[in-house]
Amino acid sequence: MFKQRVIAIYIVTILVGLTFLIRLFVIQVVDDKYKTEADTRIITPIVEYPYRGLIYDRNEELLVYNEPAYDLMVIRSQAKNIDTLALCDILGITRDDFDQKMKGSHPIRPSLFFEMLSNEEFAVIQDQLIHFPGFFVAPRTVRKYPHQSLAHALGYLAEISKRQLERDTARYYSQGDYVGINGIESEYEASLRGRRGIRHKKVNNRGLITGDFGEGALDSLSVPGDNITLTIDLELQQYAEKLMAGKVGSLVAIEPSTGEILAIVSSPSYDPNLLTGRTFGSNFREIQLDSLKPLFNRPLRARYAPGSMFKTIQSLIALQAGVVTANEQIYSNNQLIGDLAPIGYYDVRKAIQFSSNNYYFKVFRRLINQNKDPNTFIDSRLGLDWWQERVKKFGLGVQLDIDISGAHEGLVPQPKLYDRYYGRNRWKFSNIASLSIGQGELNVTPLQMANLGALLANRGFYYSPHIIKSVGDSDGIPEKYRIKNYVEVDSVHFEPVLDGMELVVKSGSGTRAYMPDIEVCGKTSTVQNSFGEDHSGFMGFAPKDNPQIAIAAYVENASWGGRAAASTASLVMEKYIRGHITRKYLEDYVLKGEFVY
Amino acid sequence: MRRSEGTYQYDWVTIVVYYALVLIGWIGIYAATYTEGTSYSIFSLDINSGRQLIWVFTSVFLVLAILLVDFRFYEKIAYVFYAAIMIALLLVLIIAREVDGASSWLELGPAKIQPSEFAKYATGLALARFLSSIGGKDLSKRRAIVISTAIVGLPTLLILLQGDAGSALVFVAMILVLYRAGMTPIPIYIGIYLIILFLSSLLVRNLIMVLILSTVTLILVGLSFRNLQRLMLIIIVFVMSLGFIFSVDFIMKDVLKPHQQARVLALVDPSVDPSGKGVSYQTTNSKITIGSGGLTGKGFLQGSLTQGDFVPAQSTDFIFSAIGEEYGWLGSLVLVGLFITLFFRLLFLAERQKSTFARVYGYVVFTVLFTHFTLNIAMTIGLFPVVGIPLPFLSYGGSSLWSFTILLFIFLKLDAHRMQILER
Repeated sequence: MFKQRVIAIYIVTILVGLTFLIRLFVIQVVDDKYKTEADTRIITPIVEYPYRGLIYDRNEELLVYNEPAYDLMVIRSQAKNIDTLALCDILGITRDDFDQKMKGSHPIRPSLFFEMLSNEEFAVIQDQLIHFPGFFVAPRTVRKYPHQSLAHALGYLAEISKRQLERDTARYYSQGDYVGINGIESEYEASLRGRRGIRHKKVNNRGLITGDFGEGALDSLSVPGDNITLTIDLELQQYAEKLMAGKVGSLVAIEPSTGEILAIVSSPSYDPNLLTGRTFGSNFREIQLDSLKPLFNRPLRARYAPGSMFKTIQSLIALQAGVVTANEQIYSNNQLIGDLAPIGYYDVRKAIQFSSNNYYFKVFRRLINQNKDPNTFIDSRLGLDWWQERVKKFGLGVQLDIDISGAHEGLVPQPKLYDRYYGRNRWKFSNIASLSIGQGELNVTPLQMANLGALLANRGFYYSPHIIKSVGDSDGIPEKYRIKNYVEVDSVHFEPVLDGMELVVKSGSGTRAYMPDIEVCGKTSTVQNSFGEDHSGFMGFAPKDNPQIAIAAYVENASWGGRAAASTASLVMEKYIRGHITRKYLEDYVLKGEFVY
Repeated sequence: MRRSEGTYQYDWVTIVVYYALVLIGWIGIYAATYTEGTSYSIFSLDINSGRQLIWVFTSVFLVLAILLVDFRFYEKIAYVFYAAIMIALLLVLIIAREVDGASSWLELGPAKIQPSEFAKYATGLALARFLSSIGGKDLSKRRAIVISTAIVGLPTLLILLQGDAGSALVFVAMILVLYRAGMTPIPIYIGIYLIILFLSSLLVRNLIMVLILSTVTLILVGLSFRNLQRLMLIIIVFVMSLGFIFSVDFIMKDVLKPHQQARVLALVDPSVDPSGKGVSYQTTNSKITIGSGGLTGKGFLQGSLTQGDFVPAQSTDFIFSAIGEEYGWLGSLVLVGLFITLFFRLLFLAERQKSTFARVYGYVVFTVLFTHFTLNIAMTIGLFPVVGIPLPFLSYGGSSLWSFTILLFIFLKLDAHRMQILER
């Protein structure tokens, strides 16, 4: 009876089986969605941080290296029944800190508990760690600076900021990454950082890592960062820093034949080791609050009126323009502008040697009023425009292409500036006469003055000053540092100017820079300072023939240029050329000098 | 045993399939409980696979006991057994409700038993005995229908009251047994029709449902306007369907429990839980686990989601996900194939029975196993809401393994003695 109904039941059974197999075929074989979904659930990428590149000076002296540090990590779920007070004691934190840190940690995944323990701190904690289940250390590195030198040029590392993260369109960085801030660390970040590796780990449903995924087929190895060699001569740098200690100011030394920066000092400075490790934050705040602004990178950002140093540029522009010849005698009765030089006849050499303000007043008037237009207002305007073009060729009023971030371009006034002050065509030479002696609206950075020294030494061109010598294994430096920037003044016009500069050192305002057997060319300047004593500046190079070092030094509030700046610069030049100091008395004078007010 | 006499022989096909399934289940349970990095062996009593092995061994003794008992015994005790189990079910309802409303366990001292598991073959035996007692008469008699429905309906109701919707569904499925025994198929048709109506009204809005129904009714009326009786039937069906559609909301909100509502909704409408982390968490992860298995699977203990504990209750109700991930579609094919083989064999065995009792009981065994298989697999691959239904012979758990083993081997015992019926 009803045997035919068995057929229906067989059919239902088969249908159910087939439905399942078809459905399973779709989700297991046809549709890839489930495989990708599965991967997102079980794979977690673990970033492997590469070693950051090391930094050396030009003589392969190590400037920056990585020191191991240890992050104390905690897995909260495993940190049970521990002696909280004992741990607080070891770490030197309060019970509140402890609770705060615990609260902020992930319940089951490793979380950072205490950042960057030093080797010594780790040694203390290591033995005790077994008493604190759930706590373990994860190695990392912090930057170390064995010589405590060159802080400003090197820069430092800090946690990436929100703004930087937003600008990182390549999405290389993530929250919590350390990046170079300022200096070499920032400029060569891309080379120094290397390439991060990614390891794929399996996680379980609770997020615990259970092992490697796919035997490393998807993994990428981390590539250590490139080591960088700088043009800095550490010995010279340290000597210059020693001389500048206790003073406010800058010193920049450049090798004229290459544009390589040999030393760059910003004083007061700070120990770069302070801006590393766990105490970064508190140290940074302390340095920041210092009234002498140690974080301010003076050689690149401090701006002064160029003063008498500027007379070299005036001479060269005038000679090239033909408004004056090298031997032309111009009478200076010191009526036009205040002057320390004696009344009498001056040619270029003598004018530089004695820094005759009235000579340059007259020369500058010839440059500005070339009678291109009968209207003296229009003529002055045309003249200034023509003149500022020439000045900019000397690297003033423009950004020098240095590989340390933050260099200021200074100011070479444009006609527009005076138009704003006085109205268009309502100013003439007399309004801008102070530019003739490097005062007025002009301002320059110490770096630009050191570069001026280099281009004078080169008799008419400069390489953009730079601090990089080589990156990684390649000897190459960026192409822009191999280009000669010509100032468009024929080399013949340099001779009288350099003669004048030699005389400055031999028997002028810069005699403190004098060395009996090395011909030093220099020019001092005294920068008027409305807040106190004048700043002292010196720019020059040595030796006169076959120059090896160009230099600019500024010491703030150190009165006239010949005193602190010329002495300091001279000692640095001697140190570089000779390798040792013969004038101990001068060294003592500079080291003793206290120019901080 | 007197195998040499040729009068009684156990069905080795079924026994081989049974042990194949138990073995697959055991390996699957090990994979589902194994954790990378720990060194538990498959035999370790600290994990489910080791404990399952104990259940397997003890079930061998159960099997031997079943086979040693005289086959007529089962028919004789059917009603007594049924009555005892029904009382137990009532007791669970009374005692367990005081403790925990959803519990279906009865605690007798240290032992815990689940009467609903025993109810499956108690009901099966009672139904078989009753249908056998009415002899050649079919199920068209109203009295016979009422009594058989009551035999199945009573435990269904009691289990439903316990809150175990999954097990209740298994009893509802026994309508298949009655169907084979000669009951009119109309209740089945109505059931299927109502399920379709129910799901469609969850999917589309009532207004559209009414429009569709009206259109269909109008066409049917147009086709049979001369036949008054059929016309009346169509209109009655139409009116009742409308009533049903508007009561779906009521069923959803007032009959189903909140977690059941959520599971049904999530199945019909994925946007209820788009991230797959809410109500559909288990189903979603189970589907992904199975789906990531590919054609050949990831290999023994290589199922990354299985090893990562991504599927809750994986060694029990969701054991299929472990097999699907580690052995892929081919593994699923083997598993589904084994079950279909078992079902065909059971149907074949049931049909060759000389006695109504054995045949009906055979159908009960088929129905219980088939329903478990269908609901369980459907639930793991997201075709059915999650109901707590184990996969026969594979899912971890002594209660379920014992219960299915007893169910199956009583039938094999009856089958082995089918020739003796004639001699009697």
